[in-house]
Amino acid sequence: MSGSALTYAIVDGVLTGSVYALMATGLTLIFGVMDIINIAQGIFVVLGAYLSYAIQLHWGIDPFVGLFITIPTLFVVGIVVERGFMARLKGPEKTAMSILVTYAVSLLIEGSLNMIFSVNDVQISAWYVNQSFKLFGVYFAYIYVFGFILAVVLLTALWVLLYRTRFGASVRASLADQTAAALIGINVKRVATICFGIGTAVTAAGGMVFGATNAFNASSSYDLISRLLTIIVLGGMGSLGGALVASIGMVMLEDVVGVVWSPIWSTMTFFIVLVIVLSLRPQGLFGKQLARTA
Amino acid sequence: MKRMSTVRVLAATTVAAASLIAMAAASTAGASSGGLAKGAPVNIGISLSLSGDFSADGQAFQRGYELWAKEQNAHGGLLGHKIKLIIKSDASSPTQVVTNYQDLISQDHVQLVFGPFSSLLTVPAGQTAERYGYAMVEGAGGAPSVFQAHLKNVFDVSLPVANDLMPFAKWISSLPKGQRPTTAYYVTSNDPFTEPQLPVAQKIMSKAGIKSLGFTVFPAEVTDYTSIADKVAAAKAQVVVLGSVDVPTVSAFMQAFEQAHYNPKAFIATAGPDQGAAFLTAVGAKNANGIMVPNAWYGGSANPLSKAMVAAYIKQYGGTPADINSDVAEAYSVGEVMTQAVEATHGFNNAKILAYLHSGKVLSSVQGPVKFNQLGENIDPTAFTFQWQGTKFVQVNPVGDPNSVKVIYPKPAWKS
Repeated sequence: MSGSALTYAIVDGVLTGSVYALMATGLTLIFGVMDIINIAQGIFVVLGAYLSYAIQLHWGIDPFVGLFITIPTLFVVGIVVERGFMARLKGPEKTAMSILVTYAVSLLIEGSLNMIFSVNDVQISAWYVNQSFKLFGVYFAYIYVFGFILAVVLLTALWVLLYRTRFGASVRASLADQTAAALIGINVKRVATICFGIGTAVTAAGGMVFGATNAFNASSSYDLISRLLTIIVLGGMGSLGGALVASIGMVMLEDVVGVVWSPIWSTMTFFIVLVIVLSLRPQGLFGKQLARTA
Repeated sequence: MKRMSTVRVLAATTVAAASLIAMAAASTAGASSGGLAKGAPVNIGISLSLSGDFSADGQAFQRGYELWAKEQNAHGGLLGHKIKLIIKSDASSPTQVVTNYQDLISQDHVQLVFGPFSSLLTVPAGQTAERYGYAMVEGAGGAPSVFQAHLKNVFDVSLPVANDLMPFAKWISSLPKGQRPTTAYYVTSNDPFTEPQLPVAQKIMSKAGIKSLGFTVFPAEVTDYTSIADKVAAAKAQVVVLGSVDVPTVSAFMQAFEQAHYNPKAFIATAGPDQGAAFLTAVGAKNANGIMVPNAWYGGSANPLSKAMVAAYIKQYGGTPADINSDVAEAYSVGEVMTQAVEATHGFNNAKILAYLHSGKVLSSVQGPVKFNQLGENIDPTAFTFQWQGTKFVQVNPVGDPNSVKVIYPKPAWKS
C-alpha cells in the first residue's frame, strides 16, 4: 500500500462523504420533525440526478446552474408527497406506516422513471466531471471539489435557516416537542410540510453530484437508501450534525479500510463500528435528544 | 368434544399429504406432458430482473425473448402452437426468483421455462425447476458455481465464463517483447460471474512475464468506486483487467482513471462495454475508444442466424448492430435451442427434452454452435475479445480469425 493511495482514500472520504451528507441531511431532518422514515429518499436522489441530466441534455444547462431549477422542483415534489401521503399518517403506528407508504412512493417514482428514461444507465457529463487538478502532489477531481463546496454552502444555508431564522426556531421547537410547539402557537403541520419539502429539495444537489460521479438508473436508489439509513442511524436519528459527521466518517472509514486492508472488509468494518457505537449509545453519535436540545 | 387419538391424526395427515402430492404430481405431469389441445398456446414461464441491480440486463433479456417469440410465432409458433411468454419480475432477488418459478410451474402451469438473468439467480431458479422436472435452458448463467451445483436440468447456451478472458490473455502475452506490457492489475467484484474469470487471465499473463501489481476484490454492492479505482491507478500498471457486471462499474473506474491522469495501455472489463449504445451513452463515445470486453457474440457477427436476428431487432427497435446488447442474443439463443429440442422430441414433455439436450447433439444459435456436456455447459462456443473503436464495436481476437480486425493498442488517451 502506497502513501499516495492512503492520501487519496482520505481525500476521497472527505469529498465524497460531504455529498452523502447532503442526501442524508434531508432524511434525518424529515425524521426529526415528522417521525417519518422516508424510504423514498433514495429515489428522490435519483430523481434529482435525472432532472439535472434531462435539463442539460435538452436545454444545455450546466448541472450546477440547473440546481436553480431542480432544487425548487424537488421542493414542490416534496410538498406534494407530504400533502398527498404523509399528512394522512396519524397515530402510534405513524413511523412504521411511513416506511410502507414511502416505499410505495419510491416504487411509483421508480416505475415512472423507467418508463421515461428506460433502464439503461446514463451519466451527467460536463467539462469538470472527468477532469482534475494537482495540488501538493495529489489529484483533486473538480466534480468532487465542486460537490464539496456545494455541500458546504447548502449545509451552511440550512444551518442558518434552522438556527438564525424565526422559521428555524419553529422547526427546532417541533424537533424538541411537537405537542409543546403546537401549544405555543407553532403550526406544526405547516412546519412539517415545509421540512419535508426542504428535506427533498436538498436531494436535488446530492442527486446532481451522484449523477455526475456515477452511471445510474432508477434502480440505483436501492443501494443509496441503505447507505443513507445507516448514516443517520450512526449519526443519530434526527441529528443534522450527526448526519454530517457520520457521512464523512463512514465513507472515509470504508475508503481507508479498502486501501489498507481490502474493499471486501470496508462495509463490514463500518457495520462493526456501527454496532459498537449503538451498543454504547443506542441513540447514535449525536442522538435525537442531544440534537433536539442543541 | 372427543379428542382424536394421535394415531388417527397421523393417519389423517398422511392421507391428506399423499393426496396433495398425488394432485401436484398429476398437475405437473399434465403441464409437461406435451399434450396440448389444438389451437392452445404454449406457455413459457420466465423470471427476469426487470428492476433492481440487474434491471438493464433483465430488460435486454426481455427484448431478446420477446423478439424470438415474435419471430417464431411468425413462422408458426412451436409445433403449431402460438407462443405465449409469461414473464414475472424478480427484482434481481435470488429469493423472489424461486417464488416466481414456483408460481409459474404450479399456478400458471406453463409448459416450458426459460432461465433468468445472471449466474446468481440461475442456481436457485434451476434448483426450483429441477424439483418439478422442468428443463431450464438459460443464457446468462455461465459461472462455474452454476455447473458446480450439478443440476441435471440446467443448460447454458452461452460461453462458460471461466474462459472468457483467455483470448485476451493469450493475445497480450504473445505480443513481441518490446510491445508486451510488463505489469497488470486485476480488480473484480465478488460476483460469481466475474471472480472466476480473472485468475485464468492472471495465470496466462504471469507465465508471459507480466507482473501482477495487485489483485483486489470488492463487494458487489459498492456504490462509490473512487477509492478502489484510485488504488488501482496509484499502482500504475500497464494493463487493467476489471471484473465488472455492469456499465456503472466500468464507467466509475474510467472516470477515476482519467481524474488520476492514469491511462493503461490496455483496459478490459468482463461486462459493461458489451451493452451497446447503453455503454456509449454512459461513458461517451470518445472515451470508449480502445476499451475491450470478452464475449461470444457481437452485432457484426457473420453467423447467418445472427444476421437475421440483428435485422429483425433493428426493424423492431431501430438503431445499428453495435447498439444491440449481447444479452439480447443470449436470450434469443435460449429460444432457438428450445425450439430445436421441442421439434426433435415432437412435444413439450420436459423429460424427453432433458434427455435430448443431454444427448450431445450439436444445435445452432445466433451465438454459434451449442453442444452440452453432462453439466449443462456449452462446450462448443469460441471466446472472442471485442473492442470499441470509435463508435464501432468490433471483434479483435483471436488474432487471425477472419472476422477479427486490428486491435487498437496501446489504448488512446482519455478524451472527455
